[in-house]
Amino acid sequence: MTQTGPFRLPAGGRLIDRAYQLPFRFDGRHLRGLVGDTLASALLANGQMLMGRSFKYHRPRGPISCGVEEPNALLGLGQGGRFEPNQRATTTPLVAGMVTSAQNCWPSLTADVGAVNNWLYRFFPAGFYYKTFMYPRGFWKHVFEPIIRRSAGLGKAPTEADPDKYEQAYAHVDLVVVGGGIAGLSAALEAGRAGKSVWVLEQTPNWGGRTPADHADGLARIDAALAELRALPNVTLRRNTMATGLYDHGYLLAREALADHDPNAGIPRQRLWRIRAGHVVVATGALERPLSFAGNDVPGVMLASAVRDYIADYGVAAGRSIVVVTNNDDAYRTALAALDTGLSVPVIIDARANAAGALPEAARARGIRVLTGSAIAGVKGGQSVEGVKICAQSGSGEVTEEIAADCVAMSGGWSPVVHLWSHCGGKLNWSETESFFAPDPNRPPTGADGKAMASCTGAASGDLLVAAATGAAPESATMPVWVMPAHATRKMKFKMWLDFQNDVKVSDVELAAQEGYQSVEHTKRYTTLGMATDQGKVSNINGLAVLSGALNQPIPATGTTTFRPPYTPLTFGTIAAEARGDLFQPLRKTPMHGWHEARGAYWEPVGHWRRAYCYPKSGESHADAVAREIRAVRAGVGTLDASTLGKIIVKGPDAGRFLDMMYTGMMSSLPVGKCRYGLICNENGFLIDDGVAARLSEDTWLVHTTTGGADRMHGHFEDWLQTEWWDWKVYTANVTEQWAQVAVVGPKARELLERLGGMDVSPEALPFMGWVTGEIAGIPARVYRISFSGELSFEVAVPANRGLELWEKLHAAGADLGITPYGTEAMHVMRAEKGFIMIGDETDGTVIPQDLGLGWAISKKKPDYLGKRAQERSHMTDPDRWKLVGLESLDGRVLPDGALAVADGVNANRQRRTQGRVTSTYMSPTLNAPIAMALVLHGPERMGEVLEFPVEGQESYKARIVDPVFYDKEGSRANG
Amino acid sequence: MAEALANISQVHDLGMIQIRADLARAGDAIAGAAGLAIPAQGMTVSDGTRRLGWMSPDELLLVLPRAELADTLAALNDALSTEHALALDVSDMRVAFRIQGVGALHVLMKLCPTDLAAMPVDALRRTRAAQAACGIWREGDGYVLIGFRSIADYLQGILTGAAMPGTGLEPR
Amino acid sequence: MLTLTCPYCGIKAEETELAPGGEAHLKRYGPGSTDAEFEAYLFARKNPKGVHFERWRHAYGCGKWFLAARDTATLQVFATYKAQNSHPPAEVVAAIQAARPGWQPDWPQNASDESPKA
Repeated sequence: MTQTGPFRLPAGGRLIDRAYQLPFRFDGRHLRGLVGDTLASALLANGQMLMGRSFKYHRPRGPISCGVEEPNALLGLGQGGRFEPNQRATTTPLVAGMVTSAQNCWPSLTADVGAVNNWLYRFFPAGFYYKTFMYPRGFWKHVFEPIIRRSAGLGKAPTEADPDKYEQAYAHVDLVVVGGGIAGLSAALEAGRAGKSVWVLEQTPNWGGRTPADHADGLARIDAALAELRALPNVTLRRNTMATGLYDHGYLLAREALADHDPNAGIPRQRLWRIRAGHVVVATGALERPLSFAGNDVPGVMLASAVRDYIADYGVAAGRSIVVVTNNDDAYRTALAALDTGLSVPVIIDARANAAGALPEAARARGIRVLTGSAIAGVKGGQSVEGVKICAQSGSGEVTEEIAADCVAMSGGWSPVVHLWSHCGGKLNWSETESFFAPDPNRPPTGADGKAMASCTGAASGDLLVAAATGAAPESATMPVWVMPAHATRKMKFKMWLDFQNDVKVSDVELAAQEGYQSVEHTKRYTTLGMATDQGKVSNINGLAVLSGALNQPIPATGTTTFRPPYTPLTFGTIAAEARGDLFQPLRKTPMHGWHEARGAYWEPVGHWRRAYCYPKSGESHADAVAREIRAVRAGVGTLDASTLGKIIVKGPDAGRFLDMMYTGMMSSLPVGKCRYGLICNENGFLIDDGVAARLSEDTWLVHTTTGGADRMHGHFEDWLQTEWWDWKVYTANVTEQWAQVAVVGPKARELLERLGGMDVSPEALPFMGWVTGEIAGIPARVYRISFSGELSFEVAVPANRGLELWEKLHAAGADLGITPYGTEAMHVMRAEKGFIMIGDETDGTVIPQDLGLGWAISKKKPDYLGKRAQERSHMTDPDRWKLVGLESLDGRVLPDGALAVADGVNANRQRRTQGRVTSTYMSPTLNAPIAMALVLHGPERMGEVLEFPVEGQESYKARIVDPVFYDKEGSRANG
Repeated sequence: MAEALANISQVHDLGMIQIRADLARAGDAIAGAAGLAIPAQGMTVSDGTRRLGWMSPDELLLVLPRAELADTLAALNDALSTEHALALDVSDMRVAFRIQGVGALHVLMKLCPTDLAAMPVDALRRTRAAQAACGIWREGDGYVLIGFRSIADYLQGILTGAAMPGTGLEPR
Repeated sequence: MLTLTCPYCGIKAEETELAPGGEAHLKRYGPGSTDAEFEAYLFARKNPKGVHFERWRHAYGCGKWFLAARDTATLQVFATYKAQNSHPPAEVVAAIQAARPGWQPDWPQNASDESPKA
């Protein structure tokens, strides 16, 4: 007919522009479509009905729908990083140059090797996987699983990063109408006229839903509504925007396609709207159901509405000779539409005994043969429809007649789209008269105020005709037809598909019922009914009805499955939006970050911070770099960027009293000008943080926390101040980032600071565990003399904006002293050499200070502190708790981190008993020997004993229990 | 190529003082030392160079030229010497961005879960921008967003990304 | 995703701006308490289906902890109120009873004043 394919009709197609052709490729074929086409309409126009293979049997499949419910026509789109599997051809706008491929087939779509499964269908019944792969045990791992992995799965996952951008946006709207059909637009008009802020979301590029195709003056009605809505400033109309889910308190997610059609537009491909809606009007229409007759999955068997839409919207004929099979009046519209465009309709097969409505009469008047009380006994053809066999609906399939045709338009009635209503708890009622589940307006999903946060209108509410807005004449009732014919044989039921994508048939659901599956949720999982990418949009109700029939109970007694978001699949890029690459997380950088980076720092993530782990020189391993840094510090002077340490100001008349509750030790007695190490426990008694506190003035303390603990500890303080001791006069402020802090460490540290000048840092002016303020090298500074390495050490805090300046001045002045920047790993090793604990290494949320030999940091005088009562519990005072010790490896190997020391015998689970665990383990460059810390049963009482640490595939490690302080036991080095 | 939705620029040399106090008791003393009236809940008060913002029932933020910080902090500490109060220089721990232009609101709507369209001029809102805590006030034909200094690059990145040309939130 | 109005700053915040803090109105037991008292304080939580009182912090906001009376099944929010209350105040009880007429407080009624418990 035209260059865009033999099935393009000479006229019609309200959505296409015949002036503009678009070239595209499908499985290597070069084809042409039109602007406005979907991929499916363009393929159908070219006579390409076969678009994929089913999942389990690899049956040949064509599209059955013209919209989001499509289970069959799933294609792989794009190439490289833009490859996307499982895209519905029926909703994908055709783009010039599009490259598409069929899925689930090898070596090709028409000759698929996997289709052998199809010949063996009797051996692949419901629950096949559960039944078959049980025994022998070893077969699963070595035989079944590899085969299933190779053949299972829908489309392939892309292997490259997605080059497209995505974004999200938040909106706050009084009323969101989901669905741009006649019902949605009517609801929007009503609210818009009342002055509410209104958004209307339409998932397709086109307004109007079914109305333009189904009603003579439908398009005019839609255009009139749109004209008025566009004139209202408080109304926003968004096309290409699919509401994916409705969540608590009116939280609605919607995906707006911005550049799906044009990857080169330079804008985000999709936008995820995160909408807070005062109320949601669900105007999502209804979806047509297939009929379950033998051969209903042969390519060319389609939903009647889809056949009509391809004609009306795209000027495409799904076939030239179309048989209509129905249980309702609506499908007659398809016959009339086909006839109007010159296609032939040899027969309408109506399961109902009578068909006397206006539409059937109109069909008869046009000369179409109508067979009532009739059914399809079988479809002729394999890869395409060749004809149908007709029988009586009330019988068991005795064929009365065969009719040639190349397309079957089926309609099993309509189901309201109730997904959004149901996502957040809206309940449904089964309508006996209409044979569908419809929203129960008396049991809506409720919001924060306890009132309905959503309502349904139009077809979604069960009002299929929306006569008030469309002016449609009444139609006669739909007859429930769940199996066609009513008494079909078992053999026929093997060919009646319910879930097309997952190959679940009437026979499978009946078998599940026979095997005792009564719950629809169990049956769903056993048979995989409704678990395909269409999430049961075409299969749920039919499957439920078949199960009910097999269980011999009414449908509401069987129940309905839960609808869960998203309504249609969302791509991961849209969910991640800007959170990828450099912006994956907020990366926290210290004022000296750039310096470290320029010196080749190898980074360690600590919370969101990046800290230098070490500064490897060219050709140097990380271990060598760490060893070099440690030796430099212990022999001369080194600097550590300690800016990430938490710094919290605690001020007020009750600050001392408050800190005495927060810390296990006594902070109120700390003199101004001094520092004290402290431990923080939670109410369970477990150690959660540690650090040095400094008393800045009579009523002000500055407490240091671990790097990861700053926000947590500030929150912890505020929690107790606000919710327990709210009458205590204390203010806290987290000033972590106000200060850059540099640890200047090593025997030459004092000499270096004296070179910078401006402050007396002599032992007299600044003794160990003291602090002073003043200026260093012209920079205002507070200097704490505290040590985490055992060396002479000064922590110099300056305003963050001057941190880099201080750091550079230190390095300039210390060049001849061999000043060396050192990283977190050198810090860790040096603290372990001194037997200092590390939160997160020696603690794991189950360790109390008493386990770590830190009793000296627990005040015996205080009546109370957080964790004190818990530490009196019997389990906490149990002498059998594992306690901190040092370990000395016997053979020079570094013990594996976390290794368990074994004891004699086995426990109740027949596992080897254990008596200890390695918590920190390093090669000490200072001692030139491996060192480790461990928690060991009765450890401190067992000095000199040797423990065994078995490790799979290696000779057991053996280590001697020793004091955890490996270096400078007297502590003289801290004095310089 | 089209223009960015808004102009994103980092604001330098801002001084910031965090004030904690019982505002009912110490309000007059603070107002005197800051040179600005105490703002109402959720609002800021500005004289064109300084801005005093309401952060919580017992917290204010004074934003002022960096050069005026030391004297003002001293004046505040002086004025609050008899109160249980806290006044701290927090200038270095913060970074500020000005988001200016017709699309400024759209830029922030992509990052913040709050209803910024409903926020009047001079109002202040503490919220999050993508994954980062921030404070935002509306000033002139745009907004000022403050956040932590350590994530300046992150904030710059998300703001610039959200302002990408051609990505206004108008319906298409 | 919930929305709760912070009683300190009046902001209607959404869940991503808030941090949850578990059950509200726990009475702290410290040294000197019995094992049973301490166990109840540390471990026993009500976890009801229905009316529940819980702690939330306006973390991405004013930083204040507040309390919410909420139905754990329907997610209806009856009230939010300040944390400086040992028991839900009378107006919160009234709001709950307006929505759930049969509901009765399970704490001693003479103790529902707002006096600090320190």
